[in-house]
Amino acid sequence: MQTKTSKTALFPYVLWIAFFVITPIALVGYYSLLDIHGNFTLDNYKAFFTSVYLKMTLSSFWYAFLITFFTLLVSYPTAYFLTKTKYKQLWLLLIIIPSWINLLLKTYAFIGIFGLYGPINAFIEVLGFDPKQMLFTDLSFVFVSVYIFIPFMILPIFNSLDRLNPALIYAARDLGASAFTTFRRVILPLTMDGVKSGIQVVFIPALSLFMITRLIAGNRVITLGTAIEQQFLVTQNWGMGSTIAVFLILFMVIIMLITGQKKDKGGRVR
Amino acid sequence: MKQLIQATIAILVVSALLFYAADALSAGGGKSGKDTLTIFNWGEYIDPDLLKQFEKETGIHVIYETFDSNEAMMTKIQQGGTAYDIAVPSEYMIEKMKEENLLIPLDKTKIPNFKNIDPYFLDLPFDKNNKYSVPYFWGTVGIVYNPKLVGNLDFSSWKDLWDPSLKRKVFLVDGAREVIGMGLNSLGYSLNSLDNQELRKATDKLITLSPNVKAIIGDEITPLMVNNEAAVALTWSGQAADMLSENEDLDFAVPKEGSNLWFDNMVIPKTSKNIDGAHAFINFMLKAESGAKNADYVGYSTPNIAAMKLMDKEVVSDKRFYPSEEQRKTLEVYKNLGPDYLGKYNELFLEFKMSIR
Amino acid sequence: MKKLSATARVYLAIVFIVLYAPIFYLVFYSFNSGGSMNHFESFTLEHYKAVFEDSRLLVILINTVIVALLSALISTIIGTLGAIGIVTVKDSKMRNTLLSLNNVLIVSPDVIIGASFLILFTMVGIKLGFTSVLIAHVAFSVPIVVLMVLPKLLEMNKSLIDAALDLGATKKDVMMRVILPYIQPGIFAGFFLALTYSLDDFAVTFFVTGNGFSTLSVEIYSMARAGISLTVNAISGLVFFVTVIVVVGYYFITSRASKRTGGTQ
Repeated sequence: MQTKTSKTALFPYVLWIAFFVITPIALVGYYSLLDIHGNFTLDNYKAFFTSVYLKMTLSSFWYAFLITFFTLLVSYPTAYFLTKTKYKQLWLLLIIIPSWINLLLKTYAFIGIFGLYGPINAFIEVLGFDPKQMLFTDLSFVFVSVYIFIPFMILPIFNSLDRLNPALIYAARDLGASAFTTFRRVILPLTMDGVKSGIQVVFIPALSLFMITRLIAGNRVITLGTAIEQQFLVTQNWGMGSTIAVFLILFMVIIMLITGQKKDKGGRVR
Repeated sequence: MKQLIQATIAILVVSALLFYAADALSAGGGKSGKDTLTIFNWGEYIDPDLLKQFEKETGIHVIYETFDSNEAMMTKIQQGGTAYDIAVPSEYMIEKMKEENLLIPLDKTKIPNFKNIDPYFLDLPFDKNNKYSVPYFWGTVGIVYNPKLVGNLDFSSWKDLWDPSLKRKVFLVDGAREVIGMGLNSLGYSLNSLDNQELRKATDKLITLSPNVKAIIGDEITPLMVNNEAAVALTWSGQAADMLSENEDLDFAVPKEGSNLWFDNMVIPKTSKNIDGAHAFINFMLKAESGAKNADYVGYSTPNIAAMKLMDKEVVSDKRFYPSEEQRKTLEVYKNLGPDYLGKYNELFLEFKMSIR
Repeated sequence: MKKLSATARVYLAIVFIVLYAPIFYLVFYSFNSGGSMNHFESFTLEHYKAVFEDSRLLVILINTVIVALLSALISTIIGTLGAIGIVTVKDSKMRNTLLSLNNVLIVSPDVIIGASFLILFTMVGIKLGFTSVLIAHVAFSVPIVVLMVLPKLLEMNKSLIDAALDLGATKKDVMMRVILPYIQPGIFAGFFLALTYSLDDFAVTFFVTGNGFSTLSVEIYSMARAGISLTVNAISGLVFFVTVIVVVGYYFITSRASKRTGGTQ
């Protein structure tokens, strides 16, 4: 009886997977085995293991890591402080609202803000310093990427923190734990699920960023996403593009295995 | 639980209201029984007044869609789904679309204004006898620069780009053919080269340019150059015209060793459901008045001689954007490289991109 | 506990300033008579006027909002049910497979999603336009809903359910009155992020739309080549202000209502 209800619940979701997840996987798997003329080949996979693509993979991972790290660093305290405010739901929504303004527009705004003759540099000059080159640097690239991903990390962490029983914290402090130990041994483990969600929702898409790599980094940062877009849209080499995508999916699965639930945490409900 | 239900109802109600609002706003179109024309064009590439004028004159209702890249446009047309009547691809894409049988030959008897086009721009290799396409706008690839920031360089030759004084001061557009083509041109080769040795030499030469490159970017190059974010930019003449109109310090040059001559042409895709309407539209756009109005609005170079007579003398005699016959001889139109070499150009471009640190 | 330390307040203030900086920049230039975001010439309302005169753009904006709201709603329902379903799966390998499948769309670049959906739709024969865009948006938003609801489900103390069953609750009761209220924050989080995904999407929408249906994102990206007109800034400014007012207003209305009935927050 119980399994029947959960099966009905799963049904639309499984349907969704069948249509909308299997399709891209099938497409990508199929095309990765074709060359540019439509013949069967394993050349695409061979080509992936050349220095150009391997360097790109490393670069993607490195930047995705940096972005996730800084997003987490900024988001966790923000989420924490938010849970302490009086109108926390409101503030939370106000944090999300900027993400509803179109991304390209915001990026153009950043181009204006960080420009050599933009407001920040104008301010720097007023203070007596030389204008700094901010656009097309690693720093601005990571900054803008973090900016984009912040709402995605704050929400799950906020949800976890919100349910945290404050009595646990008091108890820990009462028993003599320092603020840091309380955080490390009480707060963090209890909010780990939220943190893991946040990491997944930031790191995985960050691997295939390509719009920001061009707009803010001026293609000085090349990710796997850059290569895929190029292969699909410009070269129309769906074969190579799909191969890179296959590897992206593989990487994602590996990350899932590493950050996923090891124990049998589920399966106890009903 | 109650909150969830309330929220759901609120969303459905709002959506329904918006749906009626949208319907009311677009009711002025009248889709029932009237002729419609679906146009697929680049963004901001037509004077909207002209569309209204066309609708008034012919009673045909215009549905307008935009795209931002040739390849994306072709994918959409190939997949069917929408019956586009008019599209405006670039010349190399027209070659490709012809090969894939995506175009309908034009009936010149329905386009008497065809005679307004400068014969120099007709009968080009990508569409012999203009069987399938009519020129819409054209231009070149060249160098935009700020004379105040580059000393004595005037970029009459490609080699000026490599000048050591330009360290980290050069923007390049994100286009494999434009950049590799520039590399080839700078060595005196054709930008349609299929010679592996030439391509290798060109890529190596480009890699020596890396220290001067600030960034490789897309359309945002326009506001950036207007803001003097860089001193020099390799870009299309159309964007150059935009930049120059907003930043008076900037200048534009097409180097003497040669460069690219590009076209955006009007075509009728095979999926068209209103072929007569499409022809009427093409004819309308080829009118002298339409051509002049459109060129004024968009700012690119028009191939329509009759229109040029109606335009500002200063604009049409500007040799930077309407190059002399002599210079035109050095300009090459892109030929379709075929999938293998297209792939090769892009791989080399990727190699070049990764050398920029 | 309710009072925030000074550092906390400064920190939050900085975060908000940074988050809103580009928005204010955009809105600032929407009043620019100069035609672009490069140089402020003089104050004008002409772009706002132009918004209301451009019926095509208004229809596009309305369509964008409708698609966002409906796709977020539908994907939230599917995703929530999915998360609940995943958590009940006993075999951990099966669970991990489902979760990995869930994340395929998040890791896939938009162009691949767009191209594969386009092929799927044309094979099945779905007409391109509002329907195809709505379905596509639902499709790529489901995973993020799952990822937002899942942690709440996992945090939930199972003894709550056991207790409810012990006290004679039916399975429906358990669902409606124990599980759903507990995971509600996750549901809302998923909904709002789904909204974000939908509003921001360009590549997928571009591929699966047709017949004149367009969203704001597609319009903006197409404009980039010739320069984004400030009418777009004006529209964004309007959308932004309306959203803030709606959100703030709704919040105060509901919090006042629950204060009156003494309900739980």
